Amino acid sequence: MISAELLVAQNIGFSVIAIVMIVAALRVVTTSNVVHAALWLVVVLSGAAAQYVLLAAEFVAVTQVLVYIGAVMVLFLFGTMLTRARIGAERDLNNPYWKLGIPVAGLLFLAMAIALVSSFGDEQLPSDPRVVSVGEISDQIFGPYLLPFWGLSFVLLAAIIGAIVLARKD
Amino acid sequence: MLTSQFLLLGAVLFCIGVYGVIARKNAVLVLMSIELILNSVNINLLAFALRNGSADGHTFALYIVAIAAAEVGVGLAMVLLIYRNRRSIGLDELSEMRG
Amino acid sequence: MMLAATETLSPLTGGWFLNNVWLAPVVPTIGFAIIVLFGKRLPKKGSEIGVLSLLASLVLASGAALQWIQRVGSAGESQFVSPVVRTWKWWQAGGADFTIGQHIDGLTVVVLFVVAFISTLVQIYSLEYLRGDRRYTHFFAALTLFSAGMMAMVIAEDMILFLLGWEIMGLCSFMLIGHWWEDGANSRAALKAFFTVRTGDMGLLVGIAVLFFAANEWTTSNLGLSGFSIRGISAWALSGDPNSTVILVAAVALFIACIGKSGQFPLHTWLPDAMAGPTPVSSLLHSSTMVVAGVFLVARLYPVFYTGLDILGPSSNVIMVIAAITIVIAAALAFVQTDIKRVLAYSTVSQLGYMMLGLGAGAWLPAVFHIFTHAFFKACLFLCAGSISHSASHHSFDMKKDMGGLRKHMPITFAAWTVSTLALCGVFPFSGFFSKDEIIDNVGGNGYTFFMIVGLGGAFLTAAYMTRATYLTFFGEARGASAGEHETHGDDAYAEHATHSSPHESGALITVPIAILAVLAIFSGLFNATPFGESWEYLKKWAEPRAVVVAEPYAGGPGASFVITVPRAAEGDDKSPCGIATPVDGVCYAPKLNHAKFKWSKAMLSLAIVFAGIAISWMLSSALYGRRDRRLVGLTQRNGLARAGYRLLANKYYLDDLYERGVVSNVAGPIARAAYWFNQFVLDGILHGVARFTRALGRFVYRDIDQRIVDGAVNASADATKTVGATVQPIQSGRVGHYGALLFATAAVAALVFVILYT
Repeated sequence: MISAELLVAQNIGFSVIAIVMIVAALRVVTTSNVVHAALWLVVVLSGAAAQYVLLAAEFVAVTQVLVYIGAVMVLFLFGTMLTRARIGAERDLNNPYWKLGIPVAGLLFLAMAIALVSSFGDEQLPSDPRVVSVGEISDQIFGPYLLPFWGLSFVLLAAIIGAIVLARKD
Repeated sequence: MLTSQFLLLGAVLFCIGVYGVIARKNAVLVLMSIELILNSVNINLLAFALRNGSADGHTFALYIVAIAAAEVGVGLAMVLLIYRNRRSIGLDELSEMRG
Repeated sequence: MMLAATETLSPLTGGWFLNNVWLAPVVPTIGFAIIVLFGKRLPKKGSEIGVLSLLASLVLASGAALQWIQRVGSAGESQFVSPVVRTWKWWQAGGADFTIGQHIDGLTVVVLFVVAFISTLVQIYSLEYLRGDRRYTHFFAALTLFSAGMMAMVIAEDMILFLLGWEIMGLCSFMLIGHWWEDGANSRAALKAFFTVRTGDMGLLVGIAVLFFAANEWTTSNLGLSGFSIRGISAWALSGDPNSTVILVAAVALFIACIGKSGQFPLHTWLPDAMAGPTPVSSLLHSSTMVVAGVFLVARLYPVFYTGLDILGPSSNVIMVIAAITIVIAAALAFVQTDIKRVLAYSTVSQLGYMMLGLGAGAWLPAVFHIFTHAFFKACLFLCAGSISHSASHHSFDMKKDMGGLRKHMPITFAAWTVSTLALCGVFPFSGFFSKDEIIDNVGGNGYTFFMIVGLGGAFLTAAYMTRATYLTFFGEARGASAGEHETHGDDAYAEHATHSSPHESGALITVPIAILAVLAIFSGLFNATPFGESWEYLKKWAEPRAVVVAEPYAGGPGASFVITVPRAAEGDDKSPCGIATPVDGVCYAPKLNHAKFKWSKAMLSLAIVFAGIAISWMLSSALYGRRDRRLVGLTQRNGLARAGYRLLANKYYLDDLYERGVVSNVAGPIARAAYWFNQFVLDGILHGVARFTRALGRFVYRDIDQRIVDGAVNASADATKTVGATVQPIQSGRVGHYGALLFATAAVAALVFVILYT
């Protein structure tokens, strides 16, 4: 049984991290500096990892930090540099019809919000969750979800080879 | 913690990602917006995994992370190639498939 | 006279020839077919077939004649010599049997022999006369077919075969008159002949039909014959059964056909023009045989005319009137002719008038005898004219221009001509005297004195014009071609011969037939030489059908055989057997006729008239044409009356103008114009209207339906597709950003829709 203080602390923690994430996400899609956008994305990803912890998914959180922030963001920064991103603000990073995105996103959020609230409403997550161990995850991987795992390994192989082939100079 | 708060967070991030995909011209920025989308999905999955007490969500979240990594790798390779050929990565200029 | 009950009938002899005379027309028909199919390839170009087939017919005719004479000899004194009849069923229609067959009696044998004999001589004559002609083979084919047709008509047992032969003769006449049709005048003459005779033939058809419908019942029930059978009709006519109006109509209708065929007034106009044909044709068809067909018809169906027109009755009948007119007007016309053949043609018309006069007045036997003698001397005269044109006058028949003084150069022709002329004039002892004078004698003897005088007047005129023609041709100075002048022939339609510049006698093929005919012209009169007594009247014995009542055995069917009896007449009615009164206990086939007693005093009168005619004409001819007497030369120019008379004769009494302009133009012209109008405006109008309508319809369909509607629809659908495509095309911009935007926008909308629907 988790105590009431822990629950409150969790809620506060969630709210703060959530707000940070949202602001960062907004900055990603609105900033006029590509490098800044990458850095804001790092903030979002970190916030996501923190949320994972709150969701009792420590392994995933760690993996997120290692893979996403460690590798993917580095890749992004490499890509940005290699494509001569301007140091400092850049004009003209948005499409001419960027205003269309607002109502679309708004509409989409509206739809999802209505659906979620009407379905889940006041449902509480279990306060004393079962801890999911790494062993359990690996059992899942090498058990029921073996085939997707193999598919995934092929994808990664293809990605490696593809990336090499595509980025070759000759 | 309410289930719906995590889910709503996920929804918000998703919509911001959608906005980014639509609004951004730079290919790298579009890829970043796609990362946002993928992360929102991850949050969703893990919230449900906690709710249902199963490890399936965790597995899938891991898969998504892997896929996202592969996808970014290939995507950026393509962006590099495009940059090499055209000296710019504005997606509005790539209209060869115009019909 | 009736037979006494105990007198038995002697059996009549027959013979192969009598039974098979039907071969006489058949052989020339086969000959005609051979000439038409193979003639051009034969060595003599078909003429040998013609001559041979006619010789065969002549043999058959002669044999039949001999056997008929025997048959008559084998009969009793007052026994009816029944004709040799053979019939074959041709076809059946509506219950009536149409038969074809031969009916051989004395009349048949006489005319058949004449036809066969003269046809053969003319064929031999044509071998030389038409040598080298461009249509030599066709000429012989037509000539042979003609002989076949006439012989078929002569032996015909029924009116159908008679009509068939009659029409074949008309066709051949047309073909032969127009033999040299390249010259328009010849074609016109042929057409004129054909149409004029055709006009008369209406009468023949009407007559045959009337007789059939009137007689059929009587003949079928009493004799077992159809209403077409000649002896059936003859018996019916004398039975008292016919309605007098009906038989009068039939007789008049048949006589109209005779008017056309035998050239009586008013349908005589074709005969002189028919001289456009070659001379053999003129001598065979248009003098001795074809034109005699009309006379033959009257003689054959004499009972019909006897009853219908009341011959030997108190008043004169239409036959006599027309015949008398014909004799006079034709003789008058012969005086103004310069063409020698036309003189002979008018002479033929006049002599046919004599034959008709004889028949009309009840002188049956003299008329038939005149057929016999006239054939010989008239044919001889024509052949002489041909001989002159062939060898003396270079194909010209103009007496005034190209003849004259030919008696020195052509002795045989001159002798034959003279003999035949004397026969024609009726000079004793030539043949014409015995026949023509008998006609005149019998006409007077039967009480028709006026007509007898007409006949004597005609004899005077005949002598006169023939003397004129003889003088112009054979006496006086030679003129024109006879004198050796002749123009070069332009187109040689005639026979090619080595250029002779002087007249000479013709070759043997020409002179021998002429000589034979001349001999007959002298001696044929002895076949019925009434002046010498009854034992010389051979033709009367052989040819004249006996007016006796015949008890006819009639086989009514299998096993049945009975004698017909005709209902007994009222008392006092049977005063004359085989008159118009009803015969008793039998049938009559021929009426009882009178025979005038010959008196030399009457003969002297006619001979005197003839000699007067010869003498006066000789004097006038030698004065006018020989010495050119100033009083006579140019008389017709000086004297108004003479001029008017000459013009009337020269224009043939304006009858030709009347026919051509009055009848033909006024009838045929409007009909032709109406037909032309109908064709142009109605028929062609319909045609053009349909064409115009179709064109307009086509234009409408093309312009409005095809171009506007159909193509419009097709084009509109293409435009619509293009518009839709152009409208939708911007979606495929090729830009990922657009695709993504579209995708998410659609997803947002769909999500909203689903959410609203399901919550």
